[in-house]
Amino acid sequence: MPGKLKVKIVAGRHLPVMDRASDLTDAFVEVKFGNTTFKTDVYLKSLNPQWNSEWFKFEVDDEDLQDEPLQITVLDHDTYSANDAIGKVYIDIDPLLYSEAATVISGWFPIYDTIHGIRGEINVVVKVDLFNDLNRFRQSSCGVKFFCTTSIPKCYRAVIIHGFVEELVVNEDPEYQWIDRIRTPRASNEARQRLISLMSGELQRKIGLKVLEMRGNAVVGYLQCFDLEGESGLVVRAIGTACTLDKLSSPAAFLPACNSPSKEIKEIPFNEDPNPNTHSSGPSTPLKNQTYSFSPSKSYSRQSSSSDTDLSLTPKTGMGSGSAGKEGGPFKALLRQQTQSALEQREFPFFTLTAFPPGFLVHVGGVVSARSVKLLDRIHNPDEPETRDAWWAEIRQEIKSHAKALGCHAVVGYSESTSICEEVCILSASGTAAVLNPRFLQDGTVEGCLEQRLEENLPAGCGFCHIPYDELNMPFPAHLTYCYNCRKQKVPDVLFTTIDLPVDAAVIGKGCLIQARLCRLKKKAQAEANATAISNLLPFMEYEVHTQLMNKLKLKGMNALFGLRIQISVGENMLMGLASATGVYLAALPTPGGIQIAGKTPNDGSYEQHISHMQKKINDTIAKNKELYEINPPEISEEIIGSPIPEPRQRSRLLRSQSESSDEVTELDLSHGKKDAFVLEIDDTDAMEDVHSLLTDVPPPSGFYSCNTEIMPGINNWTSEIQMFTSVRVIRLSSLNLTNQALNKNFNDLCENLLKSLYFKLRSMIPCCLCHVNFTVSLPEDELIQVTVTAVAITFDKNQALQTTKTHAEKSLQRASTDNEELLQFPLELCSDSLPSHPFPPAKEHLESASSNSGIPAAQRAVTVEKASPVGEGNFRNRSSPPCANSTVGVVKMTPLSFIPGAKITKYLGIINMFFIRETTSLREEGGVSGFLHAFIAEVFAMVRAHVAALGGNAVVSYIMKQCVFMENPNKNQAQCLINVSGDAVVFVRESELEVVSTQQPAANCQPSCTGGEVTT
Amino acid sequence: MTSELDIFVGNTTLIDEDVYRLWLDGYSVSDAVALRVRSGILEQTGATAAVLQSDTMDHYRTFQMLERLLHAPPKLLHQLIFQIPPSRQALLIERYYTFDEAFVREVLGKKLSKGTKKDLDDISTKTGITLKSCRRQFDNFKRVFKVVEEMRGSLVDNIQQHFLLSDRLARDYAAIVFFANNRFETGKKKLQYLSFGDFAFCAELMIQNWTLGAVDPQADDMDMDLDKEFLQDLKELKVLVADKDLLDLHKSLVCTALRGKLGVFSEMEANFKNLSRGLVNVAAKLTHNKDVRDLFVDLVEKFVEPCRSDHWPLNDVRLFLNQYSASVHSLDGFRHQALWDRYMGTLRGCLLRLCHD
Repeated sequence: MPGKLKVKIVAGRHLPVMDRASDLTDAFVEVKFGNTTFKTDVYLKSLNPQWNSEWFKFEVDDEDLQDEPLQITVLDHDTYSANDAIGKVYIDIDPLLYSEAATVISGWFPIYDTIHGIRGEINVVVKVDLFNDLNRFRQSSCGVKFFCTTSIPKCYRAVIIHGFVEELVVNEDPEYQWIDRIRTPRASNEARQRLISLMSGELQRKIGLKVLEMRGNAVVGYLQCFDLEGESGLVVRAIGTACTLDKLSSPAAFLPACNSPSKEIKEIPFNEDPNPNTHSSGPSTPLKNQTYSFSPSKSYSRQSSSSDTDLSLTPKTGMGSGSAGKEGGPFKALLRQQTQSALEQREFPFFTLTAFPPGFLVHVGGVVSARSVKLLDRIHNPDEPETRDAWWAEIRQEIKSHAKALGCHAVVGYSESTSICEEVCILSASGTAAVLNPRFLQDGTVEGCLEQRLEENLPAGCGFCHIPYDELNMPFPAHLTYCYNCRKQKVPDVLFTTIDLPVDAAVIGKGCLIQARLCRLKKKAQAEANATAISNLLPFMEYEVHTQLMNKLKLKGMNALFGLRIQISVGENMLMGLASATGVYLAALPTPGGIQIAGKTPNDGSYEQHISHMQKKINDTIAKNKELYEINPPEISEEIIGSPIPEPRQRSRLLRSQSESSDEVTELDLSHGKKDAFVLEIDDTDAMEDVHSLLTDVPPPSGFYSCNTEIMPGINNWTSEIQMFTSVRVIRLSSLNLTNQALNKNFNDLCENLLKSLYFKLRSMIPCCLCHVNFTVSLPEDELIQVTVTAVAITFDKNQALQTTKTHAEKSLQRASTDNEELLQFPLELCSDSLPSHPFPPAKEHLESASSNSGIPAAQRAVTVEKASPVGEGNFRNRSSPPCANSTVGVVKMTPLSFIPGAKITKYLGIINMFFIRETTSLREEGGVSGFLHAFIAEVFAMVRAHVAALGGNAVVSYIMKQCVFMENPNKNQAQCLINVSGDAVVFVRESELEVVSTQQPAANCQPSCTGGEVTT
Repeated sequence: MTSELDIFVGNTTLIDEDVYRLWLDGYSVSDAVALRVRSGILEQTGATAAVLQSDTMDHYRTFQMLERLLHAPPKLLHQLIFQIPPSRQALLIERYYTFDEAFVREVLGKKLSKGTKKDLDDISTKTGITLKSCRRQFDNFKRVFKVVEEMRGSLVDNIQQHFLLSDRLARDYAAIVFFANNRFETGKKKLQYLSFGDFAFCAELMIQNWTLGAVDPQADDMDMDLDKEFLQDLKELKVLVADKDLLDLHKSLVCTALRGKLGVFSEMEANFKNLSRGLVNVAAKLTHNKDVRDLFVDLVEKFVEPCRSDHWPLNDVRLFLNQYSASVHSLDGFRHQALWDRYMGTLRGCLLRLCHD
């Protein structure tokens, strides 16, 4: 008897009229948990009933507490016929099960009905009394904390990062059960919502158990997804990173402990390499970061993909661990061994994190990805979901082997996704191969981390760029140069990753959102044939997406991609590829060369002219972009760095493990001739189109920046105004003679227009940055393309940005990004440590101005707002002021980021994971598809906010809309939509409201400006 | 490629004031887009017409969803679906209930019934205000009327409490409700020169002094209905003009006091009896509903027009009315001083407001 759940139903308000005769409602409430149900009295004839019920007490196992949602149903009492349901509220009581989170859930919840949407609100109070249970064989995992945030949450410190946890549960989808042929869609949707709620709870409990087994106490980067497999069932799967987290009680307590690791970086700044002889060609004197040089650049790609069921590991599997000794001398070998021993015990050394504690990430190898096409079959025994497990295990194996091929033992920024169309399913996984510091991976105490001095000597800002693989035995042809930052280690010329930009990375200029978009027609086919067709198309799509990304990156004059996410969606008659990433210029990497266009028919004069015209346009664009994104790396003569490692040709090649189509060319040359430029060959109209489409991407209007990572490199003086939004667009393609080209154009226009609309809508926030721009594309029907975007617009202070630019000299040293991420955890290190080592006098001023300014914009706004308000003016007659002033609804912020600008997260209240279905049989009356979906999304936001408020929170961070499945049948006037959202409920306090408690606080607050890597033209 | 669905939902509901105004003014989406294009927004922002179209549609959809809540503004404050900062909520409400001067002049004093609603077509054509906007304004008047109709307490307070309007707007609505309830005629040609503000000013004075609420703050409908007893009693004032001696005495008191102070003294002297008869007869007739409705017509005919034809300066009118009211206190034979003050105090204010071109 480990738990007692207590529920009190207080009141309702704004209920719908259920009795047309009286225009009133006789409402009562059913409270259900597990198999126990309680009822309140009927409150007669009121739209605002005051039940004020007793405490309903459920005595339940903690296993049930985790699995089951609390179900509250509001009904209208009817003497003669069946009681009508008004709507329901599902409350996940998980946040009440761990000690540091919420203690009570109390507040107004929207009463939701799948047909009518929100119908009034109900005030509920929920409490849980937990008894200690010492049963070792328990099935529950109460107390394990879950976070959607893909970094170590703000008010915690990671003691150990254990690693990957995954689980999936399957069930039959109620919508496809026989009983649904006779019951109403509404009842079946209710059943679906209930089931998914239950499955989520179960999944979370099972993952929790695994975490406990690993001796962890939390899951970070928890990502739960649904696969609606139709007739073959419903799969709920989740991945995450198990951690042992320590709550930071007060800043003073954690500062010394965590500050030290990075301090050591400064103490022994650049003598990282105990074996300098291995790099005899390198510069003889260690260079400071200010010096740079240009060198011819090359391109290469790292990417791998798989496209079929029958998996065979890449032949390169062996090299990662085996060649460890050759790579970087004894130190590296030591590091490698340590890491390895820590990681080897794990089946999958994967981490869903995208941002890491300082020192965690040692080297980054590149993006690894794997896809596989499966045919869905009925899940016969839901308790043993072996096939699904096996599918994912295969893919993960593949990812692991790709990482090994890159000389890496771990994969970070790891994620998995699916795309389903009829009975074909594409499973995808991707991540970034990396070498990690074992410090955080081993069991050890807090002190343990202090002892690891050996590893702390990586150069800040460029270490992660250094290649982890053996340069003599490279997994793919790549062009290497010495790091432009430390001049000691080799770096590639382009780096693609799925993670956020590391906090300490040295970046020049600002970043920008880069997207590759692609459509491919596919013949309609059934089952096997369909799967084969898709498998055959996939490698081409991956290749083209990659080429597009590379071209666009060059066009922007940048050399690295962060947060790369490639989504391939499957439809009846086409495949869509959408890749988003944030391009940046890493100071450690060489300057990218331009793009050279080469024509195939050099004799034709007009053609030549055309080519040269195009070339000029491209060059102009690159120059313009460099100016726009403030990319002006200091020029340095070649001698300093010496000549680059000679390599006459640059090549782009795809590394992929292709099992079935092994006859396919796996090596594709992208370029010829000119050594400092990336050559595009225009040999047919297709290629022409590609070049054109390169040039059609319009930069955002001035004052706007966009990125798909947590923070925008180069902007760090955020002000407090944020606006999270979701935008959905569906276009219908004219079915007549669709070509790949026309499709590409349509899709490109769709995305570009969507972005343009966003810029227009948010123009009042200028200067602002769209962060965490997350596009998802799906093909709901034959000729429909749906694009869903969720992002947050954050304002920043332009003046402060300008101020920082004055300190031109230090730009290269500054850490470009300020992920507030580490702010609280390691508040002082970045500021105080970087000051002495890189003396730039103005910086201190910035600190002060930043800290004092941080709250001001908000306050000013508040004042002007007040003025604008007509209410409250001129009450010259004595009367009570209108109640307008004291609105009872508290503001809840939502953001896909893990932080709130200008504020400090003081408490995590628990995970929010909600699933809703909305249906209508009167589509036209509800304003058509747009009206229907607009209302539904607004309702989903409202329900998320209400749950957060009831937990006592005032924001959701790491918010994500994981699914938005929209189906319509205009002929029948019907539509249906499923939405799944999640995030972390938190309490935040504005920094301006925070009284300075200790002297350390202001330093922490001001970090944004001191880490600014601003560069002006 | 056709757009099937196109939406934008912000966690904080985006409100574009310009688009809101266009929506309130009853423009269709395409008209609104055209007007926005004309405002030069495309050049300012570099947006395309398609973007503008999509943006306008989005805002219109939001407004349509909000409209239901705007019908009962406290609901807008307590609802959870749209997260809107309080200042924006206030703006939405205030603008929604703001009306056009031209429109209100057409319906002021008319019964807020279906019949009047049918005339909105004509009003729309006459005023150039879109029919949609006319409907919204009319429905607002009617909604406010229905809600406060049977309430106790101050009319303005009730309106402010239930519709969360600014003080100024709540007063205007009080005037509209008061006029609609008492059906004062305001549409006659000779009243055309009067603005809504003039009527609202008079309404406020009348509510303060002539209604039930003026004597009993607890009465039902206190601010809506005129105090019947008071109207009944007004008949007693007739003696001021019926009794020849009293009239003469009154005239001489006024003339003595104003001699040399009035530019239009002789005209006043010549007209005194007519004017006084006019003012007192208006009072005496107020027992009949029909005459109550014609109050403003009568006041203009009996007082404003004679003054105007003799070119009385406003200051002379003020001096005259002050003296005219005050002198009654010196008439020994007259016993209804309090009644006279309640009547004349308000009327004096109204007349001064009505005397302009």
